Amino acid sequence: MNLPTESPDLAEPTPEIEFERYELREEPAYHFALDRRDFLKGLGGGLLVLYLLDRESPDAEAQESGRRRRGGFNRAPVPQDVGAWLHIGEDGKISVFTGKAEVGQNIRTSLTQAVAEELRVPMSAVTMVMADTRLTPFDMGTFGSRTTPDMSRRLHRAAAAARETLIDIAAETWKADRKDLAAKDGAVVQTTTGDRLAYGKLTGGRKLTRTVTDDTPVTPAERWTISGHDAAKVDGRSFVTGAHPYSCDIRRPGMWYGKVLRPPTYHASLVSVDSSAAQAMPDVKVVRDGDFVGVVAPSEQLAARALAAIRAEWKPGPAISDRDLFRDLKNPGGQRPPARGGRGGFGGPNGNAGSIADGLAAADVHSEGTYTIAYIAHAPLEPRAAVAEWANGELTVWTGTQRPFGVRGELMDAFKVPEARVRVIVPDTGSGYGGKHTGEAAVEAARLAREASRPVKLVWTREEEFTWAYFRPAGVIEIRAGVKKDGSITAWEFHNHNSGGSGVQCPYRAANQAVAFHPSQSPLRQGSYRALASTANHFARESHIDDLARAIGMDPLEFRLKNLKDERMRDVLTAAARAFGWGRKPESDHGIGIAVGTEKGGFVATCAEVAVDRSSGRVHVVRAVSAFDCGAVVNPDHLKNQVEGALVMGLGGALYEAIAFDNGKIQNPKFSKYRVPRFRDVPEIEVVLIDRKDVAPAGAGETPIVAIAPAVGNAIRNATGVRLRSMPMVPRGLKV
Amino acid sequence: MPDTQELRINGKTVRVEADRDRTLLGVLRDDLGLTGSKYGCGEGRCGACTVMIDGAPARSCITKLGAVASREVTTIEGLERDGKLHPLQQAFLDAGAMQCAYCTSGMIVAGAALLRQNPSPSRQDIVEYMDGNICRCGTYHRIIAAIQSAARAVKEASR
Ligand code: FES
Ligand code: FES
Repeated sequence: MNLPTESPDLAEPTPEIEFERYELREEPAYHFALDRRDFLKGLGGGLLVLYLLDRESPDAEAQESGRRRRGGFNRAPVPQDVGAWLHIGEDGKISVFTGKAEVGQNIRTSLTQAVAEELRVPMSAVTMVMADTRLTPFDMGTFGSRTTPDMSRRLHRAAAAARETLIDIAAETWKADRKDLAAKDGAVVQTTTGDRLAYGKLTGGRKLTRTVTDDTPVTPAERWTISGHDAAKVDGRSFVTGAHPYSCDIRRPGMWYGKVLRPPTYHASLVSVDSSAAQAMPDVKVVRDGDFVGVVAPSEQLAARALAAIRAEWKPGPAISDRDLFRDLKNPGGQRPPARGGRGGFGGPNGNAGSIADGLAAADVHSEGTYTIAYIAHAPLEPRAAVAEWANGELTVWTGTQRPFGVRGELMDAFKVPEARVRVIVPDTGSGYGGKHTGEAAVEAARLAREASRPVKLVWTREEEFTWAYFRPAGVIEIRAGVKKDGSITAWEFHNHNSGGSGVQCPYRAANQAVAFHPSQSPLRQGSYRALASTANHFARESHIDDLARAIGMDPLEFRLKNLKDERMRDVLTAAARAFGWGRKPESDHGIGIAVGTEKGGFVATCAEVAVDRSSGRVHVVRAVSAFDCGAVVNPDHLKNQVEGALVMGLGGALYEAIAFDNGKIQNPKFSKYRVPRFRDVPEIEVVLIDRKDVAPAGAGETPIVAIAPAVGNAIRNATGVRLRSMPMVPRGLKV
Repeated sequence: MPDTQELRINGKTVRVEADRDRTLLGVLRDDLGLTGSKYGCGEGRCGACTVMIDGAPARSCITKLGAVASREVTTIEGLERDGKLHPLQQAFLDAGAMQCAYCTSGMIVAGAALLRQNPSPSRQDIVEYMDGNICRCGTYHRIIAAIQSAARAVKEASR
């Protein structure tokens, strides 16, 4: 594999790696908080604990005030500085308020565990109020795997402060020594006498407020009795009985149903509309506002009929097609003007060092490869849905989103209403995977509801969700590398076009390195996705590393261990290899592969075994083993569930999923045409958790997805000798 | 034009006024308030809307109302008996066989239909029978485990 060492394409100067563009996290335009202060007044007697954000803490990034505050009694809080709050009523009722949303990652459960742990109460004593812009403090959104590192820590601190405050009050009440008192089962107990005072009673009709900051001590992980242990999903029963109301299940008195007219192709603009036939239908209302056309009717069926009766003329946009995609992503200026991108996320130095030319000259073997990554859809099983209701000039919207406050901002902008008059409520949602950061359905439902003067429900069809939501970015990745026979990497050059900067860093020792992310112009609307570009970057890197190992005849595991710097990466790699039984020779037409990665403070290694059916071309992953380290484990069973789910979801992007588009139109916007992992695709799965009690827990919803694709690709290479450099790898099977 | 129709849902007779060509899913959810059955695709390819018709699984999103007259429809809401969960509902809880749980109703109804037909399904039986049900969160193997443990629980209870 000796390839030319000079490539004009790669020689151009590269910009610094910028922050991950696709983690959409714009702040709302306004930031009034008076309604929340009113809400606090509305809480009855008892103890209120406010968790104040510290400018120095990472949580404070979205916050405005720079003043540092200390904990103390009855200090007037500045509401926008509050990161969470907790209230213990006179009736002993414990309520916790957080702006995070439950989208299937089971944070309602893990956050309840945090509070129950510190307050020494059973989990059933805690009510978690989440993602309601009127009741809960501002939160940027549920993404970036920040809930566990940020919110869980905050709630541990708020609950610990509440507990200590209650013990202080009890000490005062009893004139007792604090060290003879303990919190237990919702009461403070005097260990010498056995006397107890329930939490609710301790506040004795007063309204106490306490503020806490990041320096409040919490129970160390090795003494956890609730956190760190398995706990059943909170409200689990309501899910298995079908009783839990998702956004699409919300019903309001007098509610009608809405539908929205969509353009026939991407970037088409509306020329004219004839809605007379729809308007003539009894009970049907047609709404036209600029390019927005929608209908409202008493039943969904009638709304669909009315929509179908509308005749519209569209001016088509550019005839974008996936045929030209990868060429155009590499040559910015391609198919259309820049798509909107977010700011934020990925940072740190890009690790450029030395000279690639020198490194390649010093190498025994060179290897060069281009990898391509298709657009894929999140396809959450619950499509976008919203119920909107206007009453007395106030707007309430129930919708499934990972950014309730962001959606509130979108509504404020769209309808020119102040923050105090918009409320977004997020019922526990039918998943998101990074795909529900925006509020399209909320804005549309609100527009229709205003016109119809009644509550309106709008549920996107599967086709709409596949077409008009945003996609995981497509990308082109180019790698050039050189290695010596002894296994040392002399050169590592890595360019990512468009798909993003997450996970571009090379974790292997390489004397000469050049790593760059090149933003491009995306023909389709693109945005966040579970683990962002890390999946693409890991796929390319770990495939290429495997080829380097093979090129010098070294075992891929040994080659990785030789060059990896990070101890935690080496540990997950070894753990996965051991559980998998690495080194065993697979049966014929089977192959084994290994890959390792890190993202968002977590570390994952995956081993996979594939079976290739040469006659049908079917590639089946028969076994996958992942070792995962995200610091101290909060709930082992739910964590395993996340790792398993990430593996399965990752198989889709690895093997079959790709959005096809031609002439400006998405060609496969249905489950019958877009292949997602199903029962028959599921391998035997084993998850090894590495529990590091001494390391604060990181989030776990994203990282475990990054290593499965390269592990499978390496296994296919092992089975067949074929190196597949496109994600998806085998959309139409494998011909060998 | 809406017809008045008698339906048998979860063991009760109910009357609805609805077009016969509306989908069963729409009528269950919007007219009868039985929102446990979910919309996921509308083309019979995800299983979120699964109900039982005369004990066999059916995709309510592609079943017309007219087709279920005088037949016994069972939805997720009909599996619980006298406050006691169906063994498969309990098994889903015990196995933690869900994340967002949006697929759960359809999975449980399909799995319950399987257990009616085949009280001790093998892993392969389950995979084949359930392959039309999608879980985007990827909890498939937990669902398989839940079905297997419910099968064992039923057998033990009847012993
Ligand atoms: S909604 Fe009926 S099968 Fe998908
Ligand atoms: S648990 Fe989310 S789709 Fe199955």
